[in-house]
Amino acid sequence: MRDTFVKTLVELAKGNKNIELVTGDLGFGVLKPYWEQLPDQFTNAGIAEQNMTSMAAGMALEGKVVFTYSIGNFPTLRCLEQIRNDCAYHHANVKIVCVGGGFVYGALGMSHQATEDIAVLRALPDVVVMAPGDLVEAIDCTKALVDYEGTAYLRLGRGGEKRIHDKIDNFKIGKAIKVKDGKKVVLFSTGAIFEEVEKAYDILVEKGYEPAVYTFPTIKPLDVELIQKCSKDFDLIVSCEEHNIVGGFGSAVAEVMAEMRDKKAYLIRVGINDEYGSIVGNQKYLREQYGIAADSIVEKIEKEIEIDG
Amino acid sequence: MMTMTGEQLAWKIRRHGVEMTHLSCGSHIGAIMSVADIMGVLYAEILNVDSNNPEWEDRDRFILGKGHAGAAVYAALAERGFFDVEELKTHYQNGSRLSGHVSHHLPGVDFSTGSLGHGLPAGVGMAYAAKKDGKKHKVYVVLGDGECDEGSVWEAALFANHFRLNNLVAIIDHNHMQSMDFQENTLEIEDFGMKWKAFGWNVIEIDGNNCDELRSAFKQADEYAADDNHKPTVIIANTVKGCGVSFMQNDILWHYRFPHDGWEYDQAVTELHKIKPEGVEDIYTPNGIENPEFPMENDDVGNDHTLTYTWNTTYPEKMRRVEAKSGTGEKEHRI
Repeated sequence: MRDTFVKTLVELAKGNKNIELVTGDLGFGVLKPYWEQLPDQFTNAGIAEQNMTSMAAGMALEGKVVFTYSIGNFPTLRCLEQIRNDCAYHHANVKIVCVGGGFVYGALGMSHQATEDIAVLRALPDVVVMAPGDLVEAIDCTKALVDYEGTAYLRLGRGGEKRIHDKIDNFKIGKAIKVKDGKKVVLFSTGAIFEEVEKAYDILVEKGYEPAVYTFPTIKPLDVELIQKCSKDFDLIVSCEEHNIVGGFGSAVAEVMAEMRDKKAYLIRVGINDEYGSIVGNQKYLREQYGIAADSIVEKIEKEIEIDG
Repeated sequence: MMTMTGEQLAWKIRRHGVEMTHLSCGSHIGAIMSVADIMGVLYAEILNVDSNNPEWEDRDRFILGKGHAGAAVYAALAERGFFDVEELKTHYQNGSRLSGHVSHHLPGVDFSTGSLGHGLPAGVGMAYAAKKDGKKHKVYVVLGDGECDEGSVWEAALFANHFRLNNLVAIIDHNHMQSMDFQENTLEIEDFGMKWKAFGWNVIEIDGNNCDELRSAFKQADEYAADDNHKPTVIIANTVKGCGVSFMQNDILWHYRFPHDGWEYDQAVTELHKIKPEGVEDIYTPNGIENPEFPMENDDVGNDHTLTYTWNTTYPEKMRRVEAKSGTGEKEHRI
């Protein structure tokens, strides 16, 4: 996904000399195509994320469209106040890009696992929060963010994600994307966990269920209208994210549903159960260990349906 | 350019500062007084800005990193015609545009600050973008010395040197005090100039409460900017916290305290009137204060309020300490 992002940004930056990519000394190899083709629109700010982020705000206020780039929590939590005061409050045209949302850097340890970023960034006024679910969404998110004037957060997976959508019609910031029509149960997915949701869908269909599936490349602003509609049309909504259960995508969906007078559906949230990733292993292994892999999603849904009778 | 001199504007900033904190019960008068001469010279004589066109593309950029001295910026901007001087009285008030810390929702303010260590990095971004675009304007950032405790300042210092931002001038209001004590008693910073030198910057050290020295320093900064080595310049402006009002000087109490009704306000205004430059009007008390009150024997003047004065730690290292007589303009010295 990061390669797709870089490739897309290279294309866009060739046509817009105000686009700048600033890295916090990460992206060896990955960013090479960018700096080789666009050397004058590239900066390595060193291992100094606070300066990188305030500086990006300063550049943006001078007319640049600045992408800051790093991995895990480094471009967000390390310099959160710089995002808040210098970028968002000034409505500065800075796009914060994190490679490695969730358990991407699994075996590297908890320092490198971005599992609270959505909750934290979502709480900042005037910050758009996006987490593409596959390579097609990654391309569309990147394009949309170049056109969007203001501060935004782009949470990427790493490599190996698939193309799940063939193509997306009318991609818009703030709009969810319908993947499958269905009955009774609807799955909401954000970010790279989409591949697990896709697998869960196949298992559920095999078992005779007919769930609907939507992806949410934008977490903020949230597609409130769609959530409200689904809350009336379905019995069960299942939110899925590679993120802490507290404050993230599922919480955002819950906020909408909690304020509805008339609804049929209730919600279960699939996410990391409010803990740090202390187990060592790769992304797939950690998804299984922390109960967010396809099998766990299916299991949770079946349990709910059983209770319902 | 405005018709006022640096000295005249500096005096006005001090007078406005006293009035604004007095009316608002606001903080940080000590910092407003120490930075007044820097702001006075900058806004009267150095910054190329246009109050009729605050967002003019080729203007010099200015950021006050130590956003808590916001009253000094507001006063300078109002005097330079960016908005009505009357509005200064709304500082801290409900519905005002003049928050305690600098906000950009006001013409002439290029960047909001208040959290320390953001101003220099933002200024670095502005200078970097200007250089990339071949622009000729400069970026000036005023930092507090206590602000230099923040690691982000040094991240920016590294970057500014590496990318040869000779269009960037940092001025440090080195009043030697921070929130609770002298800087040297909080986190030892000296040799401050050598630290910046070691980070690759041109360093100019001056008396920052002397407008002539400030003028020379800005001239020197321009000359450095034209040097072949293209290094950024820092002016370490040695100042006195509370400068201009004797009882506030070197007294950490006045970092947060505001001049209350009675002797505090009366003496502050009276002392300022004694040093009022020719040709400056005081819009609040044009002829000074008639029959001013002065402190009585039991009033809190000349006392040492620093943290380390009463911190009797058993920490196994000898805690080094500086002091300067509270209520005087004395330079700090080790004890």
